[in-house]
Amino acid sequence: MHPVRKQRLYLVLFIIVFSSAAIGLVAYAMRGNINLFYPPAEVAQGNAPVGQAIRVGGMVAEGSVQRADDSLEVRFMLTDFEASVPVVYEGILPDLFDEGQGAVASGKLGEDGVLVASEVLAKHDENYMPPEVLEALEQSGYDHKGVKQ
Amino acid sequence: MIPEMGHFALIIGLALALLLAIVPAWGAWQRNSHAMALAPRLAIGQLVFVGISFVCLATAFLQDDFSVAVVANNSNSLLPAIYKFSALWGNHEGSLLLWSLILCLWTAAVALFSPQLPLLVLSRVLAVMGAVGVGFLSFSLFTSNPFARLLPSVPADGNDLNPLLQDPGLIIHPPLLYMGYVGFSVAFAFAIAALLGGRLDASWARWSRPWTNVAWAFLTLGIMLGSWWAYYELGWGGWWFWDPVENASFMPWLAGTALIHSLAVTEKRGLFKSWTVLLAIFAFSLSLLGTFLVRSGVLTSVHAFATDPARGMFILVFLAIVVGGSLTLYALRAPAVSSRVSFSWVSRESLLLFNNIVFLVSTLTVLFGTLFPLIVDALGMGKVSVGPPYFNAVFVPLMALLAPLMGFGPVSRWKRDDTQRWKAELMLPGIAAVVCAATLPLLGADYNLWVALAVLLAAWLVFGLLRDIWFRIGGISGFPRKLGRLTPSYWGMVMAHLGFAACIIGVVATSQYSIEHDLKMSPGDTDTVAGYEFRFLEVAQVRGPNFVADESRFEVTRDGEVVANLAPQKRRYLAGGSVMTEAAIDAGLFRDLFVAMGEPIGEEGAWAIRLHYKPMVRWMWLGAIFMAVGGLTTALDKRYRRQRSRAATAAREVQYAS
Repeated sequence: MHPVRKQRLYLVLFIIVFSSAAIGLVAYAMRGNINLFYPPAEVAQGNAPVGQAIRVGGMVAEGSVQRADDSLEVRFMLTDFEASVPVVYEGILPDLFDEGQGAVASGKLGEDGVLVASEVLAKHDENYMPPEVLEALEQSGYDHKGVKQ
Repeated sequence: MIPEMGHFALIIGLALALLLAIVPAWGAWQRNSHAMALAPRLAIGQLVFVGISFVCLATAFLQDDFSVAVVANNSNSLLPAIYKFSALWGNHEGSLLLWSLILCLWTAAVALFSPQLPLLVLSRVLAVMGAVGVGFLSFSLFTSNPFARLLPSVPADGNDLNPLLQDPGLIIHPPLLYMGYVGFSVAFAFAIAALLGGRLDASWARWSRPWTNVAWAFLTLGIMLGSWWAYYELGWGGWWFWDPVENASFMPWLAGTALIHSLAVTEKRGLFKSWTVLLAIFAFSLSLLGTFLVRSGVLTSVHAFATDPARGMFILVFLAIVVGGSLTLYALRAPAVSSRVSFSWVSRESLLLFNNIVFLVSTLTVLFGTLFPLIVDALGMGKVSVGPPYFNAVFVPLMALLAPLMGFGPVSRWKRDDTQRWKAELMLPGIAAVVCAATLPLLGADYNLWVALAVLLAAWLVFGLLRDIWFRIGGISGFPRKLGRLTPSYWGMVMAHLGFAACIIGVVATSQYSIEHDLKMSPGDTDTVAGYEFRFLEVAQVRGPNFVADESRFEVTRDGEVVANLAPQKRRYLAGGSVMTEAAIDAGLFRDLFVAMGEPIGEEGAWAIRLHYKPMVRWMWLGAIFMAVGGLTTALDKRYRRQRSRAATAAREVQYAS
């Protein structure tokens, strides 16, 4: 074979092997590390898997935030006004987290139906609402104040 | 009145951009030297008018003209003057104007600083940049006019700038990032001009190389500042979140890194020509994709300003035209410019090819992870998010693969090299690196394998570079004189590679050795983190220009000696009533101490407090600064100027011939 062609062949083979390895790596990394979003209504219906990383988003129900006295544990309810999901989180909440505001919690759902959150995201300015929360509310047919549309 | 002047100037800017896109291109096609000679003047005119427009908007911000919608929505009379100015780009409309201004700056810079470029090439390059300008200026004017007025009901005061953005880092982060993003349009324009002319040779690579390196350096600085800002301002102590918008700036950087290396091969050896062109198109397309992702609001992110589907549509169509058009041109023209030079497997070309493959694969995996949620959502398969674990699992091994071969790069020779020579040259650096890896991590908290690996790779790069410098100056005799003889482009490479080594160390040591305590503390409490004793002294009320804050005061001691006094704040901004955490950091080359306040707990004045010990976190930002300085240094190389004057004679000949 012509040496230039031979070099090209090796190059192509190398690229194929290398990119398959990369694709394998991507597939492997993807398997455990993507998490699906569920609106509270679906979690309440039992559609969300237990013990897998998921995200749940909705409004933080008025009067539901309870802080422990001796640790950083916080309990609150995320609601789309059709159903609510209890969330427990230990740590420091974002600045704009508050009752009656939109929030997304990511974590694992326990057997008892409580979401053990490892991260809580709130909106980051006055006028902004996480798109997932907006959509969850659209599905439940309420606006962000809990008024049926 | 001033906003209307700004609006009018922006319209004239668009008109000049249109002329710039059409007239020189027509001139280049018809070989009409009068039409081509207009290109630099049009480019400067475009800069002047867009500049006027920018100044007008800045004036509206500084004068608190709340009849202008963006000012009313993003500024406030209480805001310190410097933040009134930077509020200009703290919103969609203004940041787009800044983008356009920077594009005009680059266009004018190409027009001014390449008088020796053949007029034919210059006019093509400027025409392509003019076309990009038309895209962005019409985007600004038609979908997001920054000068829209709120008449007749003018609000008494503005809504205030998002407190997160009231920060020195945010004054310079967007301009630097945009300098980088938009700077790739120069590389893109050179690539398209070369495809149009059908001449892709070493001189083309030599012209476009300094521009690309400078753009890359700015992008590096912009990304670094963003990471640094996130670290101290978001109050979580994290420095990289694989947030889609971070990825949006990171992807052009990865593709740009591949591009600057591939340009080196094209300039020195005339190889990889079509590949380099493709990378230039790719890097700029990723910049545009980044804009689309950020501005269309399809992603949940810190950076997503209030959004509008029409804007997303506009950028998507623009992106489709740019990518589709340039790839079509590439498909039509690229085969005509392929090269016929060969190289052996053991050579610098192969190493750079490997670099390109690694960076391209990293770009694609980051792209995939960023777009995957959008694809899944578009297919109606639910809303997923791809988190940092995915990116870390894919990206870290790729970079770890890169570093070992990177050590061979500087000592390797073009065309054909010899593994025996490599072995002889690099035996000593290799041994030194292994010794470092075995000993240095002992200085940390405990011997950690990941840190040892990072030290091994970084030391391998550093000692390889030292060995190469030693080899080039040929020993200690005449040492300073010979050191001075090494070219700026060589020093630039050395600095950038040293910066990469520092980044490896910083990233791995911080991730492995950081200690984070989140706990409840009352005044008088103490907590010890990594030998540092944090004593919570008191909480005080303080007042800033436009906020009131609870300030908690901490004294940090180590072995009885006071190391630092830290005072993090919880601020409530008066205009919007929003609450913001201001972390307090004691920075050091080898460790950062970080304190941030959470929320008050219980009745007795206790607070949720976050205490972090972050070793070597500065190293990755220092590394990024080194890379950027390296990138800027290469552009100083004399050969870019010398070769241009030689090109000038050729240019004149072309001019007379046509």
